[in-house]
Amino acid sequence: MTTRIDAKFAKLKAEGRPALVTYFMGGDPDYESSLRIMKALPKSGADVIELGMPFSDPMADGPAIQAAGLRALKGGQTLKKTLAMATDFRRSDDTTPIVLMGYYNPIYKYGVDRFLVDALAAGIDGLIVVDLPAEMDDELCAPALKAGLNFIRLTTPTTDDRRLPTVLVNTSGFVYYVSMTGITGSALPDTSKVAVAVKRIKAKTDLPICVGFGVKTAEQARIIGQAADGVVVGTAIVNAVASVLGKDGKATADPAEAVATLVTGLSQGVRAARLAPA
Amino acid sequence: MNAPTEPNSFRTGPDEKGMFGIFGGRFVAETLMPLILDLEAEWEKAKTDPDFWAELGHLNAHYAGRPSPLYFAERLTEHLGGAKIYFKRDELNHTGSHKINNCLGQILLARRMGKKRIIAETGAGQHGVASATVSARFGFPCVVYMGATDVERQAPNVFRMKLLGAEVRPVTAGHGTLKDAMNEALRDWVTNVDDTYYLIGTAAGPHPYPEMVRDFQSVIGKEAKEQLMAAEGRLPDLLVAAVGGGSNAIGLFHPFLDDKSVQIVGVEAGGKGLEGDEHCASLTAGSPGVLHGNRTYLLQTDDGQIKDGHSISAGLDYPGIGPEHSWLKESCRVEYVPIMDNEALDAFQTLTRLEGIIPALEPAHALAEVIKRAPKMAKDQIIVMNLCGRGDKDIFTVGKLLGMGL
Repeated sequence: MTTRIDAKFAKLKAEGRPALVTYFMGGDPDYESSLRIMKALPKSGADVIELGMPFSDPMADGPAIQAAGLRALKGGQTLKKTLAMATDFRRSDDTTPIVLMGYYNPIYKYGVDRFLVDALAAGIDGLIVVDLPAEMDDELCAPALKAGLNFIRLTTPTTDDRRLPTVLVNTSGFVYYVSMTGITGSALPDTSKVAVAVKRIKAKTDLPICVGFGVKTAEQARIIGQAADGVVVGTAIVNAVASVLGKDGKATADPAEAVATLVTGLSQGVRAARLAPA
Repeated sequence: MNAPTEPNSFRTGPDEKGMFGIFGGRFVAETLMPLILDLEAEWEKAKTDPDFWAELGHLNAHYAGRPSPLYFAERLTEHLGGAKIYFKRDELNHTGSHKINNCLGQILLARRMGKKRIIAETGAGQHGVASATVSARFGFPCVVYMGATDVERQAPNVFRMKLLGAEVRPVTAGHGTLKDAMNEALRDWVTNVDDTYYLIGTAAGPHPYPEMVRDFQSVIGKEAKEQLMAAEGRLPDLLVAAVGGGSNAIGLFHPFLDDKSVQIVGVEAGGKGLEGDEHCASLTAGSPGVLHGNRTYLLQTDDGQIKDGHSISAGLDYPGIGPEHSWLKESCRVEYVPIMDNEALDAFQTLTRLEGIIPALEPAHALAEVIKRAPKMAKDQIIVMNLCGRGDKDIFTVGKLLGMGL
């Protein structure tokens, strides 16, 4: 089965450049602004969209993404609305892959079967659920794969060679390599270590490897993109939204424009990754 | 919910996946998964190592002061005019609560694993103090995450932790209570994977914590059983304990789960009443969900967002519950009931005046339930309640509520 994710990575491979994978928080700071941000992403050069599902207790996220989730929840965002946002987006874009990213409890509460039906209907292509390791595959991973969604797994520096096959066995779409042990938005680690890690994972899978956690600038995106099939940027985008919000949480400038400016720069970074140094 | 077919034993869980029925499990980020598997492997080895238990037994006896007495509360019994009331006096342990039982066990594991640094979360500060204590005793640096609200209402314990050499990091996220402290401790663990041991204080979190903490706390129930046998020559009719995360309760209950004549009641924090959001009665008023590494009953919205809850007692102020309690509820072996803030406050004063024991606000909840039930029971019936913590830490909170200046 070929999904939009598979098609996108095949196309980029042919073009000889890495993907720019962009995360934003659904509903931050409100539904309408957030939908405009989503639409701005592919127009600014993003290849894959990670649509964040807000959760009250995001245990693997740093302060920036925590705050974004709380803003979204305060603005009335729910899982139902996050799916509606994907539906709205699909009316004008049927090719950009959408990966839902978040934590399991809102999905569990929604009901796994109902969630899978509604996610497919909304044009979702894949899922990243931070607190569902391979050991819990019966919960959501197995039914999601059966339903035709990609299930993208995180691998980390603590996922050693012995464990890697366990993590990769039911992974599809791409592999998300978390470049460090820590929460989202921390400092970028030594990039040479990232290249070694990507090579180590590539020895075990044919899936594209995307690298995230800590990438903030176009230059970092360019360097990471030399080794990886994709570069994931999240916290920097969420920060761009936060930067135009006043103390009352209301936007003082257009958040979609702030995100577009950042993503345009990042996309130039990934597009320069495989060019010979000047 | 209909009662499922009764199992042959209520004491066999969890299964190899860490599940008690549908509850429990290992819902953690991949970064933590290898650490949890390492911990499980070490725990499996320690479980069957007689030297491990011998060392823990020695520490329990000579450092913590076990066995704790089983005390017949004569005046309270007379006052209520019904069943005989016994208290398992875990408030007399070193550090003033049952938390030391678990901390001693886990610090020995941390040492076996070669870890260099201890982190812990705390609500009322009892677990934080116990963690800081064992860290001092075994020479580990210790960081305790504590909600900012709790830092304020449990100031004496904050000071004790600092004296013991621990660093207390206030957490301002959410309502600044136990849930938020646990999030922050998990963030620390995910960042410091190589050298850090996460000393979870309650029988919750990812497998193997619920089982491990239960096994360390089961010393409470084992002793109580022997002590009551010596005093009365029989089993109790009723066990009562407070449940926040549920570690003191599971410690008392577990050795009795297969004694069918023993009725068991867990007492949740009913806060200001179950109608609104100002309570922490996750079993009575919550629904199953996934948080902090396990599936269990949670206070949550229809959208699966976790609520903050409220209790007069910082130790019960948690929107979840240990997974084994969720299973014991659904299998109908244990009954869970709420007690309101004001009922706990009344019970606190009753015990202080009648027995000369100042209880912590957590067991004061259990006591309020005992006060309701004992008069309705026959005089030859026996209640054992876990008096799991002393109330010194709560006198400022209570003083404020009673309008008494300190």
